[in-house]
Amino acid sequence: MYQILLREDLVPGIHLFKVAAPKVASKAQAGQFVVIRIDEKGERIPLTIADWDRAEGSVTIVFMEVGTTTHRLALLKAGDAINDFIGPLGLPTHIDKFGTVVCVAGGFAVATIMPIARSMRQKGNKVISIMGARNKDLIFWEDELRSVSDQLIVTTDDGSYGRKGLVTEPLKELLEGDEEINRVIAIGPSVMMKYSALTTEPFGVDTIVSLNPIMVDGTGMCGCCRVSVGGETKFACVDGPDFDGHQVDWDLLFARQRSYLDEEKCSFDQWQSQMDSK
Amino acid sequence: MAKLNLNRVPMTRQDPKVRGKNFDEVALGYNEEQVKAEASRCIQCPKHPCTTGCPVDVDIHDFIKAINEDNFAEAVTIIKNKNSLPGICGRVCPQETQCEAHCALANKDAPIAIGRLERYVADWERQNNPSTTPATDKPKPTGKRVAVVGSGPAGLTAAADLAKMGHDVTLFEALHVAGGVLMYGIPEFRLPKEIVQTEVDYVSSQGVKLELDAVIGKIDTVDELLNSGFDAVFLGTGAGLPMFLDIPGENLNGIYSANEFLTRVNLMKAYLFPEYDTPVSVGKNVAVIGGGNVAMDSARCALRLGADNVYIVYRRSEVEMPARREEVENAMEEGIIFKFLTNPKRFIGNDQNWVTGMECYEMELGEPDDSGRRRPIAKEGSEFTIDVDVVIVALGTTPNPLIAATTEGLDTTSRGTVVADENTGRTVKPGVWAGGDIVTGSATVISAMGAGKRAAADIHAYLSEL
Ligand SMILES: Cc1cc2nc3c(=O)[nH]c(=O)nc-3n(C[C@H](O)[C@H](O)[C@H](O)COP(=O)(O)OP(=O)(O)OC[C@H]3O[C@@H](n4cnc5c(N)ncnc54)[C@H](O)[C@@H]3O)c2cc1C
Ligand SMILES: Cc1cc2nc3c(=O)[nH]c(=O)nc-3n(C[C@H](O)[C@H](O)[C@H](O)COP(=O)(O)OP(=O)(O)OC[C@H]3O[C@@H](n4cnc5c(N)ncnc54)[C@H](O)[C@@H]3O)c2cc1C
Ligand code: FES
Repeated sequence: MYQILLREDLVPGIHLFKVAAPKVASKAQAGQFVVIRIDEKGERIPLTIADWDRAEGSVTIVFMEVGTTTHRLALLKAGDAINDFIGPLGLPTHIDKFGTVVCVAGGFAVATIMPIARSMRQKGNKVISIMGARNKDLIFWEDELRSVSDQLIVTTDDGSYGRKGLVTEPLKELLEGDEEINRVIAIGPSVMMKYSALTTEPFGVDTIVSLNPIMVDGTGMCGCCRVSVGGETKFACVDGPDFDGHQVDWDLLFARQRSYLDEEKCSFDQWQSQMDSK
Repeated sequence: MAKLNLNRVPMTRQDPKVRGKNFDEVALGYNEEQVKAEASRCIQCPKHPCTTGCPVDVDIHDFIKAINEDNFAEAVTIIKNKNSLPGICGRVCPQETQCEAHCALANKDAPIAIGRLERYVADWERQNNPSTTPATDKPKPTGKRVAVVGSGPAGLTAAADLAKMGHDVTLFEALHVAGGVLMYGIPEFRLPKEIVQTEVDYVSSQGVKLELDAVIGKIDTVDELLNSGFDAVFLGTGAGLPMFLDIPGENLNGIYSANEFLTRVNLMKAYLFPEYDTPVSVGKNVAVIGGGNVAMDSARCALRLGADNVYIVYRRSEVEMPARREEVENAMEEGIIFKFLTNPKRFIGNDQNWVTGMECYEMELGEPDDSGRRRPIAKEGSEFTIDVDVVIVALGTTPNPLIAATTEGLDTTSRGTVVADENTGRTVKPGVWAGGDIVTGSATVISAMGAGKRAAADIHAYLSEL
């Protein structure tokens, strides 16, 4: 069992847990993830490692409520425990001195891009971060991301805070500007990653995305997480989750993410009616 | 000499029509009367050839004698001397090619049903009196520490043996339950998980520390284990990497590796969805590609999950199928449709990216290939399409490259298996042993156990010299 040491509600529907998992903490690197299972009957789901503290033996995850597992997770409090917390899985993000790196984050991924931006900066890169949310109420960690970036641009879809529009707009301007951009890291909802990659492609700037297909084990034994990159089938959990955004077959990813829509709805409805009757 | 009794006592099984709709055990086992009738057929021949057919040398004639003397506790002890997992082996070993093939009555087509007797004895122990296993005196601690990686039959056996010799054993398992393929691969209706759990608990009761959720190569590497106080490491990580066909359309929705399908069903209990939260799809028409035990298990799970038509698509003919005969017969009885000499060419999908059809070739058999079986050849222009909603690819597995990739100085073959001495399990890396499917590629439960046992003996010898 893995105890939740701290819970923070970042914005409505997005929560942070700090979990006691000394072994995972001792090896965690930016870009890796854990697979968690809340209890005996729960599903195994992957969540990115947003931070870690080796001395304390803790790992931080940030998640958004979307379906049964994430809603159930959101009911847990500090002091409660999660049955399984497996990691660190996947390959770490490739950190090197590239020059100027743009980190683009959408939604909950503001948290998961933090360790990447931090590591990139520590390596001596100039880090420009762009964070986007639907509206002002969903903005979190603006100061935190600014603290690990040389420059920060905030966008909201409705213009209620920062710049109005999508993250791809300032991204395009940066690419068109005078400063040479050497690498782009885009993490967030799949559609946002796809359009970020499409934005950078004409400029020929290497663009890394962190893919989020459905997973089961997260260790390479099932092939559920297969994605197509550059025409080759890859297992995202062991060959990724980071891939070259220009090579990803996005339509395949979207389609495979929708494999269980009916079942997910059935599961969620049943869970809600259970909650209602309580 | 008494007259030979050639009437092998049949084992009761659930009616095919009923069992095709539930996940309860298919074979119901002998009752006491049946077990005695079957055991009494053993002629106690002096050479007991049966034992030579057993990969772990169980003293078969002795345990049958104990049954005949009504001494089940003694039978348990005799079996457990050599085989710590009889409840499992009695159910899933291919006895027809092992012990029973060597029985003196085999040439009369009536070998003693050794597997069924073994199963009865193991179940008797579990139900009646688990404490009949002689409480082995707690061994004197040797102060030596061993890390066993992987909790399938190879790892469980090695861990239990080493603990009984007084070593301090930690068993690391990547998944959230121990048991390996016995838990995530072989379905409940062939091997109830409660039985596997009993065996895992037995191993723990011998003092083995079990660490679940521990992916070696990720949390600690093998070298880090050796550097952090473990005197020896045994690798029993199996062959868990699924193979795909590598033909067009294979990433369509609804196409599973057998590993994924079986993991969802058995490990995650998708057959109890939505009570258990992991889903699995079956649709109306399911095609399973392959002809081994894994294919049979996948097909029979799909049937039980409610598919209308389940096909086994196999590129050779019936006689070449590697699955156990008994399981093929069970599958046929349950209504699985076999399409022999058929091989997929490509998969066809709809606008939702969901598989709807599978274009296949008719095959014919040519000259024997490296495996000694006749090589299947596609007939030119023979393509035809089968309607499918779900496809399960059961072509086999190879070892997961994680361990080899993160361990300095291990020798691996082109098939990804780890090279280890057959008799001792020693790898070329000092302090590291390996056994089971990681060395042989997909094989059997009993061969993995045998490898775990031999490695434990050699590790013990090595540690005694340290
Ligand atoms: C490597 C990786 C890292 C991720 N990191 C984060 C993170 O840091 N924070 C976060 O909020 N989310 C993250 N996700 C997504 C997260 O795993 C899903 O939101 C979660 O599984 C949804 O489960 P649910 O039961 O709440 O929703 P469901 O109703 O079951 O599903 C909603 C959608 O989530 C996806 N999904 C469902 N089950 C799984 C599964 N087992 N594995 C992956 N995706 C699934 C599907 O596309 C589905 O349509 C990550 C995914 C991957 C692959
Ligand atoms: C569906 C199916 C049906 C079968 N039917 C039969 C049958 O009827 N009769 C028969 O004799 N054989 C059968 N087999 C074959 C048999 O199950 C295997 O040969 C046997 O389980 C191999 O044992 P093992 O201990 O080597 O590996 P496994 O049973 O594969 O166990 C390996 C364990 O190691 C763990 N692991 C892997 N990597 C790591 C890591 N890096 N760190 C920690 N842990 C790790 C895995 O999660 C797993 O639990 C079947 C196999 C399958 C898949
Ligand atoms: S999640 Fe099973 S192989 Fe990637």
